[in-house]
Amino acid sequence: METTTKVDLGNFRTETRAWLEKNCPISMRQPVKSTSDMYWGGRNAKFSSEDQKIWFEKMLEKKWIVPYWEGKYGGGDLTPEENNILTQEMSRLGCRKPLFSFGIAMLGPALLKFATEEQKLRYLPEIVKGKIWWCQGYSEPNAGSDLAGLQMKAEDREDHYLINGSKVWTTYADKADWIFCLVRTNTDVAKHSGISFLLIDMATPGVSVRPIKLISGKSPFCETFFDNVKVPKSNLIGTLNEGWTIAKYLLSHERQMIGGVGQTDIKRDISEIAKEKTKMTSGQLEDSLLRTQVSKFEMDESVFELTIQRILDEDKTGNKAAALSSFFKYYGTELNVKREELLIQIGGDESLLWVPNDKNDADAARKFCRSKGNTIEGGTSEIQLNIIAKRLLNLPN
Amino acid sequence: MALILTEEQNMLKEAAAEFLEANSPLESFRKLRDNNYKSFDPEVWKGFIEMGWTALTIPEKYGGLDFGYTGLGQILEETGKTLTKSPLISSILLSATAIRLSDNELIKAKWLPKLMNGNKLMSFALDERSYFDPNTIESTAILSDDNFIINGAKNMVIDACNSDLIIVVANLNNSTSLFLVDTKSEGVEIKTDILMDAGSYSSVVFKNVTVPAKNQLNLKVKGEEMLKSIIEIGAIGLSCEMLGSVQAAFSQTMEYIKERQQFGTKIGSYQGLQHRAAKLFCEIELSKSIVIKALQVIDQKNENLSYYAHLAKAKLGEVLKLISNEAIQMHGGIGVTDDVNIGFYLKRARVIQRLLGDTNYHLSCIAKQKGY
Repeated sequence: METTTKVDLGNFRTETRAWLEKNCPISMRQPVKSTSDMYWGGRNAKFSSEDQKIWFEKMLEKKWIVPYWEGKYGGGDLTPEENNILTQEMSRLGCRKPLFSFGIAMLGPALLKFATEEQKLRYLPEIVKGKIWWCQGYSEPNAGSDLAGLQMKAEDREDHYLINGSKVWTTYADKADWIFCLVRTNTDVAKHSGISFLLIDMATPGVSVRPIKLISGKSPFCETFFDNVKVPKSNLIGTLNEGWTIAKYLLSHERQMIGGVGQTDIKRDISEIAKEKTKMTSGQLEDSLLRTQVSKFEMDESVFELTIQRILDEDKTGNKAAALSSFFKYYGTELNVKREELLIQIGGDESLLWVPNDKNDADAARKFCRSKGNTIEGGTSEIQLNIIAKRLLNLPN
Repeated sequence: MALILTEEQNMLKEAAAEFLEANSPLESFRKLRDNNYKSFDPEVWKGFIEMGWTALTIPEKYGGLDFGYTGLGQILEETGKTLTKSPLISSILLSATAIRLSDNELIKAKWLPKLMNGNKLMSFALDERSYFDPNTIESTAILSDDNFIINGAKNMVIDACNSDLIIVVANLNNSTSLFLVDTKSEGVEIKTDILMDAGSYSSVVFKNVTVPAKNQLNLKVKGEEMLKSIIEIGAIGLSCEMLGSVQAAFSQTMEYIKERQQFGTKIGSYQGLQHRAAKLFCEIELSKSIVIKALQVIDQKNENLSYYAHLAKAKLGEVLKLISNEAIQMHGGIGVTDDVNIGFYLKRARVIQRLLGDTNYHLSCIAKQKGY
């Protein structure tokens, strides 16, 4: 294999920087504040601004929507080193992602590993072009932590599968065009051995969606119902009844994402907020217990960031990060929950605002409520600890 | 810089693990203790010198390997697993670092080779109170003709009982200075206690001790800055040993709960223990990251040394305390007997976490740095 020399990489960085500075509109270099700042694509895609459209189209043309996929699937053929440089340069300028997509982060990796070439050529380029908005159908009302206990049935009807059942926590199901699902295809075997991975068009007759309201007052989550839904057999990914392997592979991606691996947004130091919001006496937080809490929290936050870096450095292929995904998920979300708790603790009475009488962007209380879901979604903290104990520490059953 | 060891550093670490396992396993710690609390095994120390470990941080100019603190850190981490006692901390991590940071060329040229070759042992005398407080030094040095006269009382001086020389931190004209004192000088009185980790720690009284003027370590460099760097590098070195101990105590505990049966089943199958074990695993992953980062920061002469030193000692202090406690609890009744070795980690933990400042001390330093 050819290796890229350091000189080439240096040139790549220079060119990338110049290209981004020329082509990324200034308004697309501002932090994402609301959902309208994110472009999700899909059949009913709407750009919220002209700049958003320009930015997406420029990146699409440059093949940098998913820069690291192969060209035949619509990617930019970048090496991991080049892709790192692009990511660094984008975050240096503060460029927004041109397309937000579960297709890129979650379905894509599964297709690349498990789908047939024909399926890859059909679905991957659509993901890159933002033509299809994908959502994920894993959990069910009676299959949360016990995901493998899922019941939604796919019966073999000669030329198609007949789907009956429901999914829950399907993020943006009300907006998505297609869903990738885990379905039960065999009820006579151990629960892990009768699951398959199926793609379903949400426009198929019999699919319906009900949004779920969370304690934070809003949510992207839905419940999705399947009532005698006919799905072509060619929509099966991987081998029949071996969907659990794909599910596990995908979950490790999802957990790293929730745990914060690869996250580039910079959070404000809790101590800065505490200094601003609470009383200081001779250069120290007057509340000495708060000072301890803040310093301990910041210690763990810094050390966790170093750990993400170390694990990625130890294995650039990401295999190690995948093996440790339960650690990232557990620790990252526990930290976030602590952070939101500290924020409403130090934020003063206004951090409790729910419906402010004048329009301001107070959202601490809602963010706090939303954070309570972090240690539950994508596998609860307790499930992650089980996985660490069993798979990483090899503790007995 | 990537947070990984280079190939050479990895080889060094493996060599250290192999040597210590062969020549100084955990059982050797027990033998030294039972042999009237012997401070170290001279044969093992000879091995350290032959392997070049005492030369890792010494510049080539003085005959050293100039291999860096990341290398020394690997040795310290391995000694934390086997709890191998040696003058590595007192003579090399603290004293050789102090001399390396000195701008007194005569002292460097004379003593660095001797420390490295193990011809002389040295101790570092800083503490004066029963808690770590490097900003309150009451020992004094007064210039009188060509000599300094030193007065003061130091405590927690590691291995002073075996040392040929002591580096003393004292006030000279209202600022901090460091002096090299021969332990046989008139007016030096050393009294040694054994602490709970079976190590030797001395109180050293200096009563009108005459020290030649050429024995001052800081000439143009500021003593305060030198001392700060010694403490920071020392704290990171101690964090390495602590990282070794948390890993060893944890893995021995995991072995135990995989074997021990109660109610007809392995106790490691109970979720009550599994979740706690998994949390300890997470803490160890975090500990590894801060330790390697801090070591690299020393070698890169990064200006953030102070921050990472505080972070390392704070985090490792917390994690070692947690794991040394959990290790005993998960061992159950046998864990509180002297028949098994797991209690050694607990006792070493309580001493090393205090040396050069505990978690609270270092967290408070970070808070001050960040202005809260």
